[in-house]
Amino acid sequence: MSHAIETQNLTRKFGDLVAVNHVNLQIEKGELFGLLGPNGAGKTTFIHMLCTILPPTEGTAKVAGFDTHQNSDSVRAAIGIVFQDPSVDNRLTGRENLDFHGRVYGMEKTQREKRIDEVLKLVELEKRANALVETYSSGMRRRLEIARGLMHHPKIMFLDEPTLGLDPQTRRKIWEYVQMLNKQEGVTVLLTTHYMDEAEYLCDRVGIIDYGKIIALDEPEKLKDQLEGDIVSLEVPQPKKYAEVFRGIKYVKEVKVVGDYLYLTVTGGEKTIPKLMDIVARRGGKVQSVGLRSPTLEDVFIRYTGRGIREEEGGAKEQMRLWARARTR
Amino acid sequence: MIMMPFLWLAIIGGGLGGTVIIPGYESYTDFLASGVIGMAVLFSATISGISVLWDKQFGFMKEILVAPVSRISIMLGKTLGGSTISIIQGLLILLVAGLIGAKMPEPAWFFLVLLFMIILGLGFVGLGLAVASKIEDPIAFPLVMNFILMPLIFTSGAFFPLSRAPEWLKSIAYINPVSYGVDGIRESITGVSGFFPLWLDFAVLAIFSLVTILLGAYLFKKMKA
Repeated sequence: MSHAIETQNLTRKFGDLVAVNHVNLQIEKGELFGLLGPNGAGKTTFIHMLCTILPPTEGTAKVAGFDTHQNSDSVRAAIGIVFQDPSVDNRLTGRENLDFHGRVYGMEKTQREKRIDEVLKLVELEKRANALVETYSSGMRRRLEIARGLMHHPKIMFLDEPTLGLDPQTRRKIWEYVQMLNKQEGVTVLLTTHYMDEAEYLCDRVGIIDYGKIIALDEPEKLKDQLEGDIVSLEVPQPKKYAEVFRGIKYVKEVKVVGDYLYLTVTGGEKTIPKLMDIVARRGGKVQSVGLRSPTLEDVFIRYTGRGIREEEGGAKEQMRLWARARTR
Repeated sequence: MIMMPFLWLAIIGGGLGGTVIIPGYESYTDFLASGVIGMAVLFSATISGISVLWDKQFGFMKEILVAPVSRISIMLGKTLGGSTISIIQGLLILLVAGLIGAKMPEPAWFFLVLLFMIILGLGFVGLGLAVASKIEDPIAFPLVMNFILMPLIFTSGAFFPLSRAPEWLKSIAYINPVSYGVDGIRESITGVSGFFPLWLDFAVLAIFSLVTILLGAYLFKKMKA
């Protein structure tokens, strides 16, 4: 077996909705891979198929060398999962949750106890291990789930939005754990996120997913390098009016309109900003704010999809997709 | 759950005891006790399926479903757990019935009482799990179950002798598996010949249990987290 994860035309439909659309992806052993995309892009569906709880409509997936459909028990034994929604038993203590997990995965008692102490130490939950999970904060629960996913020494770890809804300090901590389990325990990690900084900071490679398709796939640095230049953002009323004008200018490589903002990819941002503002002023417009920065993955996303990752949230169409997804749980 | 059968035994049994005479039985409580034991087993067995819904609700089911254990063994674990609870409840009612003076089984027949409780319990845990794996909402589950259980217990001859029931009621009782469970428990407790022969009680219940457990296992296998 050469790849940790390998999918071929992996597809999942829910009625008319194509949640995951013919995805071909290879993830190497030892890699820390991030799947980046807005809510409802198909990230969770993709992970659910890989961890055998959702059969694909079409295509196949191999995880740790085993087919997820024909050999699902072997896949299950090789993987650890942290689901997006909590999946610990609130009525048990942290230690009992881990012990149950160890039993289900067929670990011996002495082996279990040793491993429980190890993973509790890794996520720094030793002190609260004997308290009921009911009394845990959401960050502690997430840490417990990471510890649980690691209990049985999985070869591959799936993390579905591991830092969703957590405060900045806790997010940092979780990032540390993820790096530790990847580097120290040598676990291949596939994580999904809609946080740009998370993907950028953590991942060796990032796949950008939108409407069930992977539209860009590379190392974060290389993805950003594709944009070649700086990003100037101009806040102006009716930005569409100016888009055409800027498209005709040589040193402006790309123009995107998102909301009230014009995003211009230019070389030598500092020098070009005055010129750009002049152009707006000459057409009677008034620039309300200016921004200059190096490209981020957000810009990469905008380049490929023509819209921001955050504006997706709360849109009516997205609500429908979320609803459709929730129904299938 | 155990409150209901207890109230039936104490209040209906006590209230009607002076008025109702059932041929072959010394008192109405003697007759009613076995019906109420059947009721206790039936209700607690079926409702145990709700644990599946709570597991789904709290997300814990996903943890179980991605574990490298077969669905069948998860389902069988839930079945054995649920039927253990239902048998304990049945035995508790038997004990209470004994305390208020109902006739107790001969020691030699006790294993038969237990056997009928077990197969009745298994059958309805299977049914409860089958329904639970198709339902998403934990609040809907008791409603659906009550809709099924109430007619089953009322038409089973738990509270009145089927031999004197009108024909239409009898014909319903014939296709109601609970009738055979209650009948089996009653004959093995009181020693009075029941409405059906004992072997038929056993055969019908055993087939019913096998079918619901297989159905439960099949639906469990197809269940999503």
